[in-house]
Amino acid sequence: MDALYSQLFAGLSVGSVLLLAALGLALTFGQMGVINMAHGEFMMAGAYTAYVVQGAIADAGVSLLVSLPVGFLVGGLLGLLLEVTLISRMYTRPLDTLLVTWGVALVLQQLARDVFGAPNVDVRAPSWLSGAVDVLGLAVPKARLFIIGVAVVSVVALALVLKLTPLGRRIRATVTNRDLAETSGISTRATDRLTFFVGSGLAGVAGVVLTLLGSIGPTLGRNYIVDAFLVVVAGGIGQLRGAVIAAFALGLLQAGIEYTTTASIAKVLVFVVIVAFLQARPQGLVQVRTRSLA
Amino acid sequence: MTHSRARSRASSLTLPAGAIALALLLSGCGGARVDAGAAATPAGGSESCVDTSGDTVKIGFLNSLSGTMAISEQTVRDSLDLAAEEINAGGGVLGKQLEVVAEDGASEPTVFAEKAEKLISSDCVAAVFGGWTSSSRKAMLPVFESNDALLFYPVQYEGLESSPNIYYTGATTNQQIVPGMDYLKEQGRTKVFLVGSDYVFPQTANKIINAYAEANGIEIVGEEYAPLGHTDFSTIVTKLKASGADAVFNTLNGDSNVAFFKEYKNVGLTPDSAPVVSVSIAEEEVGGIGVENVEGQLTAWNYYQTVDNPANTTFVEAFKAKYGDDRVTSDPMEAAYTSLYLWKGMVEKAESFVPDDVNAAADGVTFEAPEGTVTVNGDNHHIAKTALIGKIGADGLIHTEWSSDGAIEPDPYLEGYDWAADLS
Repeated sequence: MDALYSQLFAGLSVGSVLLLAALGLALTFGQMGVINMAHGEFMMAGAYTAYVVQGAIADAGVSLLVSLPVGFLVGGLLGLLLEVTLISRMYTRPLDTLLVTWGVALVLQQLARDVFGAPNVDVRAPSWLSGAVDVLGLAVPKARLFIIGVAVVSVVALALVLKLTPLGRRIRATVTNRDLAETSGISTRATDRLTFFVGSGLAGVAGVVLTLLGSIGPTLGRNYIVDAFLVVVAGGIGQLRGAVIAAFALGLLQAGIEYTTTASIAKVLVFVVIVAFLQARPQGLVQVRTRSLA
Repeated sequence: MTHSRARSRASSLTLPAGAIALALLLSGCGGARVDAGAAATPAGGSESCVDTSGDTVKIGFLNSLSGTMAISEQTVRDSLDLAAEEINAGGGVLGKQLEVVAEDGASEPTVFAEKAEKLISSDCVAAVFGGWTSSSRKAMLPVFESNDALLFYPVQYEGLESSPNIYYTGATTNQQIVPGMDYLKEQGRTKVFLVGSDYVFPQTANKIINAYAEANGIEIVGEEYAPLGHTDFSTIVTKLKASGADAVFNTLNGDSNVAFFKEYKNVGLTPDSAPVVSVSIAEEEVGGIGVENVEGQLTAWNYYQTVDNPANTTFVEAFKAKYGDDRVTSDPMEAAYTSLYLWKGMVEKAESFVPDDVNAAADGVTFEAPEGTVTVNGDNHHIAKTALIGKIGADGLIHTEWSSDGAIEPDPYLEGYDWAADLS
């Protein structure tokens, strides 16, 4: 029973990492239809932001909390720069975007290597996040709880922005019908830019949080980008709800299979399940019509 | 390939077996053709084009300066350069100054084979120093054997090899993995959990550990492999915690170490309750994992920067003077540095640069290395070295905790161990 609970928790925790990695992508790829291979590098930028901030603020707890908004800004601004300079010219050529952003990803990796050096760097975790806490008789790592918390807050915040704010309304209008939105006086260019800013910013936040779990190096993004795309595709393009469900489903699946078999087998079986699922339901879990992928 | 800071140990390149086989095939064929001509010439040392008539002699350094392995192999190149500089300042080898021909292996076994062929046949070097991954070594092996040339390979590896044309100056399994287990046994640890990356080195190492454990009353309470670049260790650490292990033997590679140790710490495991013995974390890696995540954990190597002897003091001082105070020295770097001096010793004993003469003189050549006295074994071309179990300190350096009873004779096929009889 203990094992079941602990794996349930492990699944939620893996799912929350997947969700954080995929949330920004659900916006830029899911809503806008931009295949941004540099999304992982925005996460890497977020992780290095945490490293730089910790250099300036010695207290690990304060620096982590400061890093979250700063990471959002850094990721967002990088995304904005990419959108304005390159992607805005390629909205009609999604496959070229894939190649171009792949190139950008490589450039960003090398940039990180030149600035911070090739070896990994270390971000200290705050003392209030080290160790485990007792939840219903189960020792749960505090860092994992924190990540689940950040994931939930990010999703709720994003959902509220999309639902309640004028920006959110403009984004939804543009995604659903660009021409009509434009006719109604919405600047779709400005909306695109803002959407991309928010989506990339979320990647930055994910990067900051991931410093609690893994290595911080130039290729950090490579470890997550494939999983992030899987979540968005399996969840159904264009819907946040789908991404949330898919992230936790894949997390639980991975943790469950890994517990009874091995990590390598789990990886393989998860892929098999996704392939089989997409065969049966190519549109993913949740479907909407979008302007570019309808 | 996702492991950026890959202290990818021997054999770590994740190339498909097919590529390696192809590399072997290509280099094998190429080498054989060139060699057919060379071998046809009458014996008498004339098959080598090495020119020793002047007051210089050429040697080749072949390390990856680009690609995945560059981070690790650059450090080896640095210490080779240092050794060459020192030897030249001290009068050279047999009175001849060393002229280094440097090549980039580009983290590709095929490139290693090509560049080795070039160094031997067109640069006419007397010996080649380099290689890191086992795939690079295995790709170069036929080139050196068919040209009857010498390679000095500086990284610990999975054993089960012994070529007359290669000198292995890193540890073989009985000088690193077996002592690691000896130490755990001596500490009274009886339940060991094995965690490693999913490729040849950890699988081979764990096979040996399993055989050792069975013969020594140690229970292996779990054996888990993670794909290279694996980033989420929650499940593996859950299994580790549930297994009741009182020690962990870690053969993980590169970035996975960071994720593993963070998770290990997060769930509340400590070096007191279940110490982790790692064989791929050296001084270079500690900073990237974060000292606070690995402090108090154990490592198994043959050299640490903190080893206390005059040769090491000189080595570390010279290295820092040449490359900067923030640099650290590690086991493979020391093994590379030592390899150049061992070659010098063999050549001077043989009074000849010809590989056959060098091989004939090799047995028993010793060097006061930074790690302590090392001796060449003329039969299997490995070197006798002392095994050191180290503890990672708060200063980010590794401090010797336990050392084997003197230098351990190399035994790449583990023939001297009864429990290993069924292994190979």
